[in-house]
Amino acid sequence: MDTVSNAVHYVFLAAAACFVIGLHLMNHPRTARRGNTLSAGAMAVAIGATVWLVVHENRITGTGWLVLVSGGLVGAALGLWAARGVKMTAMPQLVSIFNAVGGGAAVVIAVNDLLQADHPAALGARVSLPGALSIVIGTVTFSGSLVAAGKLQGLVSGSPVVFPGARLLNVLLPASFVIGTVWLVLAPDSSTALYGLVVVALLFGVTMVLPIGGADMPVVIALLNAFTGSAVAMAGFVLDETALIIAGMLVSSSGGILTKLMADAMNRSITNIVIGGFGTGDGAPAAVGAGGAPAQVRAISVDDVAIQLAYARKVIFVPGYGLAAAQAQHELGDLAKLLTEHGIEVSYAVHPVAGRMPGHMNVLLAEADVPYTQLKEMDEVNPEFPQADVALVIGANDVTNPIARRPGNAISGMPILDVDKARSVVVIKRSMGHGYAGVDNELYTDPKTGMFFTDAKKGLTELKAAVGEFVG
Amino acid sequence: MNSLDLLTAITVFVLSVLVGIEVISKVPATLHTPLMSGSNSVHGIVVIGAMLIAAGSHTWLGYVLAFVAMVFGAMNVVGGYVVTDRMLEMFKARPTAGNRDKATAGTPDKEV
Repeated sequence: MDTVSNAVHYVFLAAAACFVIGLHLMNHPRTARRGNTLSAGAMAVAIGATVWLVVHENRITGTGWLVLVSGGLVGAALGLWAARGVKMTAMPQLVSIFNAVGGGAAVVIAVNDLLQADHPAALGARVSLPGALSIVIGTVTFSGSLVAAGKLQGLVSGSPVVFPGARLLNVLLPASFVIGTVWLVLAPDSSTALYGLVVVALLFGVTMVLPIGGADMPVVIALLNAFTGSAVAMAGFVLDETALIIAGMLVSSSGGILTKLMADAMNRSITNIVIGGFGTGDGAPAAVGAGGAPAQVRAISVDDVAIQLAYARKVIFVPGYGLAAAQAQHELGDLAKLLTEHGIEVSYAVHPVAGRMPGHMNVLLAEADVPYTQLKEMDEVNPEFPQADVALVIGANDVTNPIARRPGNAISGMPILDVDKARSVVVIKRSMGHGYAGVDNELYTDPKTGMFFTDAKKGLTELKAAVGEFVG
Repeated sequence: MNSLDLLTAITVFVLSVLVGIEVISKVPATLHTPLMSGSNSVHGIVVIGAMLIAAGSHTWLGYVLAFVAMVFGAMNVVGGYVVTDRMLEMFKARPTAGNRDKATAGTPDKEV
């Protein structure tokens, strides 16, 4: 290594350290933005150093420069456009797309390395093994993430897609997958093995994600994030770049931890989710017609709810994905602001799987101008429910169902929000439809629960007006 | 190439996983989405690999692969950091009038 190359690698090391510090600063909303800026700055410096290295080595052709610059500009423009324009509700799709392109880039790098080697047959397992792994993991992530994004966007059916022979395919594909990987490791010069493996991995990614239902998306996105990180780290082994190994594995551990947290929050094993099951249809709520409330629940009017809220001292909101689906987070934020202004203590109980990706609901509420001090995690908020005068549930279902505490049903053992411990409960809901798990929610039939049957957005607007009259 | 010996590379690999677990497990659930998009942009470092292959390419196949890798990598880096910043900007300790305006301005077609 010459001086410049050495210097550039020191820059990479410093950048990697900044990535770690940047992630560390993410441990509080107050410092998180600074952390992200630090990380972005380090990335910019690392890219600048790479340009210096490329100029210094002077191996690059004119076409090479053209490819480098134009590809960079096109990618940056696409990324900027997507990042600026995306709606917060569509964030999971965007993160999936970024997972896909990150994995895709790692694959292309590994493929290039195997194809461009002067004597590929002479490549040892030192290069061919990480190369093959990078291709396998990256390709699965690429196609899997695109299918996940399609599902989230509604382009691909959100319900578990199961076709005849799917199970058989799910056995055959991994088998050919392992064979292909071993073949490529042993014969890195075989283009049949290379292309064959890419095709098998593409198919595997698709068949892995297709049978997974909408409610499991937080786990899938986190898992794919972990995969992308590993693919990038493997590309780092291929290129002998420690910066890629460090960055890739940081992401991989982040994805791994989030996958575990999400799976725990649903009380399901990761294998169970990936293999599929659980009637998790997005578009198939077992709905009874609106207003057709069965006799055992107590339907209440907007004025009843408004009185309860106006004379409460402490109110806990329990938002679920239904709130975001109805685009009603701003209305909820406005209602909360009105209550806060009149001295009523307001907080939000956010279940880990509320939303379509880890932490999604918090972002949606932050967008609706909810201060992060009011956003409470499950463990933090559960002891507070007994002191709450009113718990207002909007668009959340299974995560509030007390039957999860008892054994022998579809959601047994799932950690839930202790909404039933509040002094009084109001549920805003369109109908008596079931949640993903397809079980009756005992919270709704609890004598202290009032059901306010309405659309979330319309209901919250009316509620705000009514509360305004009582407190104003 | 191949200046890095395998043991060193694996050492880096293992330590990175441990550091990652240590740092990430301290991030509150409130910030899990920005954490994810932020760590997403960190693996955009793959763009450096893309630049290096662009620098070493001499064939059409090499150029095409380098171009694809550059587009993917640059999209990952730029998009990831910008969207993370956009999200983190919204997290405020207390409500501010400006925050609401910005949030709405960022999503013009939100309420139709």
